[in-house]
Amino acid sequence: MLDTSEIKELYQEVILDHNRNPRNFGEIENYTHHARGHNPLCGDQLDLFLIIENDVIQEVKFKGSGCAISKASASIMTTILKGKTANEAKKIFDEFHKIITVNSDNSNENINIGKLAVFAGVREFPARVKCASLAWHTLLNALENSSNNVTTE
Amino acid sequence: MLSPQQIKEIRNDFPILKTKIYGKPFVYLDNAATTQKPKCVIDEVSNFYANYNSNIHRGVHFLSQRATAKYEEARGIVQKFINAKSFEEVIFTRGATESINLIAATFGDMRVKEGDEVLISHLEHHANIVPWQILCSRKKAKLVVVPIDNNGDVKLEELVKLISDRTKIVSITHISNSLGTINPIKQIIDIVHKHNIPIIIDAAQSVQHLKIDVQELDCDFLVASGHKLYAPTGIGFMYAKKSLLDSMPPYQTGGDMILSVAFTKTIFNDLPYKFEAGTPDIAGAIGIGKAINYIQDIGLDEIYEYEKHLLEYATESLKKIKQLKIVGTAKEKASVISFILNSIHPHDIGTMLDMEGVAVRTGHHCSEPIMRRFSIDATTRASFAFYNTEEEIDVLNKALYKVLKLFA
Repeated sequence: MLDTSEIKELYQEVILDHNRNPRNFGEIENYTHHARGHNPLCGDQLDLFLIIENDVIQEVKFKGSGCAISKASASIMTTILKGKTANEAKKIFDEFHKIITVNSDNSNENINIGKLAVFAGVREFPARVKCASLAWHTLLNALENSSNNVTTE
Repeated sequence: MLSPQQIKEIRNDFPILKTKIYGKPFVYLDNAATTQKPKCVIDEVSNFYANYNSNIHRGVHFLSQRATAKYEEARGIVQKFINAKSFEEVIFTRGATESINLIAATFGDMRVKEGDEVLISHLEHHANIVPWQILCSRKKAKLVVVPIDNNGDVKLEELVKLISDRTKIVSITHISNSLGTINPIKQIIDIVHKHNIPIIIDAAQSVQHLKIDVQELDCDFLVASGHKLYAPTGIGFMYAKKSLLDSMPPYQTGGDMILSVAFTKTIFNDLPYKFEAGTPDIAGAIGIGKAINYIQDIGLDEIYEYEKHLLEYATESLKKIKQLKIVGTAKEKASVISFILNSIHPHDIGTMLDMEGVAVRTGHHCSEPIMRRFSIDATTRASFAFYNTEEEIDVLNKALYKVLKLFA
């Protein structure tokens, strides 16, 4: 039933669209930062490539396979990271994490999470929080330039 | 075959089947992960705690003797269920996983030396891979894997080729948890025994579907979990031939598995207690006894026949969805169907089916090597028990069309 309200809340049109047509999908050859994320429970896997110059994210791309939630989360993440400093990116993640886990809306008005609000439905599905946060955990790892694989298990 | 009226009565035995999920009837199709419990099993466990909870094998008081008698009665029920020669050959464990770990740590440790090989199949659950992998790495031995074909059948001719003087143990599943393949286990045991190699049968997915006779099979070990057999979690059993058990050192040590303890020397208890250190899951054991009685009252042949019918009905129903591909098309299958649907990720399918009240398993089903064999990350798996109905399969079918529509 497509009008089951919770499902509609989880699979927002924006999420379905990014799942069908992920943005910034692919590799960057001359990247400065890279990390691989893995969610062993579902087998989701993604590689994140970044070019960071003067502490500012100039370019970001991802590739990999995963569910609609993890793919859309990675895709939307890449669209909002360009021009942000590493520190700003971390703050956005903190806000995003609250949205997908705590029953509260964008609490810090200083941080504009924009399109990420579509993931609010995820908090009703605890098993799917890991899917939504995989790309972000991978980002944190890449920013620390750690070569370790990150897992959301 | 069990009639719709009989199934209706059986469904009444399972309180959880009346549950509503998001206001919709609960359609439980995750039976290969764990089965639901009939009221008689829940009552039996509750009765133990309410009326005769006591420790076993040591108390002289009334209730301890009653608890001991019921615990040992349950062992007798398991013994008859698998037709073991003696009660001493039935060891209660936490389940199939603990049983395999026990065998690897004791029998495996004794038998496998540097340069030796342990043989498993590509169909195994992680529980029948990792304990052997660790044993092999500790002993500088080699884990050898018998391949499967594109249908999910073990290649018997490869099994024959891979057996050598170096092969010291063969451990193989009876039924694949992720594909449903029923291995020709008697044939495999005979092949392995021709070379005088002991064989372990992982029956975690088979004792609930098929009649098992360990004497007829002549397997050396057989392991299973209670919770997949309509019994509580935390209980299972290991069967082993008495001569092997006698030759093996204990797995865990402590209370109940000893005859006498002095600070200089301990004398181990007789079988089966030598392998049951500490207070066991008494309630669980009593529960498994009751669960076996329950399914035997329905009849394992009846169950097999009805579940086979459900498998055929579900296979036909899912084949009608042209975007759906069944993974695992072995000649003989248990009531398990793994499938992929277009390129829609199984987790998205699982979440959407859940919203329709349908519980399935999604992911790699603790058998990642099989997923890699078919070049996929994950599948959606529907697995059926005798309390499932054709109507429930219809609900699954309709829900899958909704998934297709959303992700079109």
